[in-house]
Amino acid sequence: MDGIGTIGRGEVTVRDLSKSFTLNGRRLDVLRNLHLDVRGGEALAIVGPSGCGKTTLLRVLAGLERPDSGQVRIDGQSMEGVGTDRSVIFQEARLLPWLTVLRNVAFGLEVRGVTRAEADRRARHCIRLVGLAEFEAAYPRQLSGGMAQRVGIARALAVRPRILLLDEPLGALDAMTKLTMQEELARIWREEKVTMILVTHDLEEAIYLADRVLVLPKDRGDVPQLIEIDLPHPRDRSAPPFVALRRRLMAGFGLH
Amino acid sequence: MTYQILDAPALQSGGASSQRADVLRRRRAGVAFALRRYGLLAGFLALWQIGAMLGWINPTVFPPLDRIIAATWTGLAGGALLDDIAISLQRSGLAYAAAVGLAIPLGLFMGQIRAVEQALDPILQFFRQTSALALYPVFILLLGLGEASKVFVIFWATLFPILLATIGGVKEVDRKLIEMATSFGAPRGTIFRRVVLPASLPSIFVGLRLSATTALLLLIAAEMIGANKGLGFQVMNAQYNFQIPQMFAAILLLALLGLTANAALVWLQRRLCRWADLAR
Ligand SMILES: Nc1ncnc2c1ncn2[C@@H]1O[C@H](COP(=O)(O)OP(=O)(O)OP(=O)(O)O)[C@@H](O)[C@H]1O
Ligand SMILES: [Mg+2]
Repeated sequence: MDGIGTIGRGEVTVRDLSKSFTLNGRRLDVLRNLHLDVRGGEALAIVGPSGCGKTTLLRVLAGLERPDSGQVRIDGQSMEGVGTDRSVIFQEARLLPWLTVLRNVAFGLEVRGVTRAEADRRARHCIRLVGLAEFEAAYPRQLSGGMAQRVGIARALAVRPRILLLDEPLGALDAMTKLTMQEELARIWREEKVTMILVTHDLEEAIYLADRVLVLPKDRGDVPQLIEIDLPHPRDRSAPPFVALRRRLMAGFGLH
Repeated sequence: MTYQILDAPALQSGGASSQRADVLRRRRAGVAFALRRYGLLAGFLALWQIGAMLGWINPTVFPPLDRIIAATWTGLAGGALLDDIAISLQRSGLAYAAAVGLAIPLGLFMGQIRAVEQALDPILQFFRQTSALALYPVFILLLGLGEASKVFVIFWATLFPILLATIGGVKEVDRKLIEMATSFGAPRGTIFRRVVLPASLPSIFVGLRLSATTALLLLIAAEMIGANKGLGFQVMNAQYNFQIPQMFAAILLLALLGLTANAALVWLQRRLCRWADLAR
């Protein structure tokens, strides 16, 4: 089971991806001929104005949404729907309220047919990883928002995905919890060596966590931009290069 | 360090005397709770007893409680009322079990498949609005005046609350939870068993409890027409013969039956849906 890392490295290749919705009888092209190469083990952040299609792209990658045309390949293999190689962390924790923290984290493993003992063992490991060992027996309603989100992260990690897909996972958290969780995500990413694709509306978060930032344009005619974040991990938010990069990116967005 | 100073008195208060005070305080709180909850009921019963004894209320219509309890005891000890309880339980239990057995699976199925639900909903709403009591004569015509029509009218009345509550529960399951399970590759059957079913359980219980009350209501109505046994029959029969304490004995037993059924369902609900109570 530790062999997963050697099967593939979690490379994602997107070719000519298009997706449109029909909204009030009108066609809305959300993604148009998108090309993207995500390296195995890379952390890629996706930013862009509201409604530009970040969530849509992530859902297509997760297999929860079918593209109209184009191709998604994972480690060279064409992707068909949801798969055991990816797991999703949603904006809300989406925990099952009738299960304890332990059973929630084990849920993904159990539905994939892992035996209960093995599922528990792996779930416990991931619960420790997110620092909730004392809360194994608690129910979701007894957790704070940040704790619930950490359970969601543990659940996604427990199935040992090659690719983690995160849609504004920290968007609903307060500023303090958010900082802590960003550090935890950075640590988990380094330790687990997964590919991480993270949608966020927080530029600082993108710079803090990602190797590259994909900027989806507001105007669908424009081309998406890829920005390399060439700073060593773990990152220091107050270091001059970090601050300079943040300023440059914000200026690009018309802020400041 | 100021914290420790603030905490100090609380730390010291762990002695034996304070423990005794604690027990006393808890006991007093228990008494206060019992008074708040059952005080009014006790007062009402006391007023009845005293009023009937002193002639404030007509004791031939409202006999004193001790005579009602004595009549209940005689009926139970002599076995006369036991037969009635048994037959009443059999009628309502059979009908209720059949309604549960049909309504829950059907509701789970209908709630999941939109087309089925949409096609059947108008009929359901129509049937639901048609009082089962109004249909009782029709059932008697079809099934005769025997057991079948009695059981069927209770079945009919209990079916719809459970069915509608189940459909509602399934339809209101959070789509986001289903999507979460899908994202882990859970097949449909697993999603149903592990997400849809537990999520709709609290709603199903609302239907079950509503129907339990309805079952007893219809039981009495059904037993008042063309029956010669059962608690509902005993109420009518005792009234005809002007055996007022016996009439109240039957009413008392019916109330206890209802309370017991509800308590059993509440207990079951607590066991199965403990998570839903946590927030309250
Ligand atoms: N299921 C759907 N049906 C119709 N239109 C949709 C659907 N999902 C998304 N859209 C539309 O597609 C566009 C992009 O939506 P998407 O959720 O991907 O945006 P986003 O970049 O994630 O925005 P935000 O930052 O606000 O989350 C929006 O205009 C939205 O209205
Ligand atoms: Mg979004």
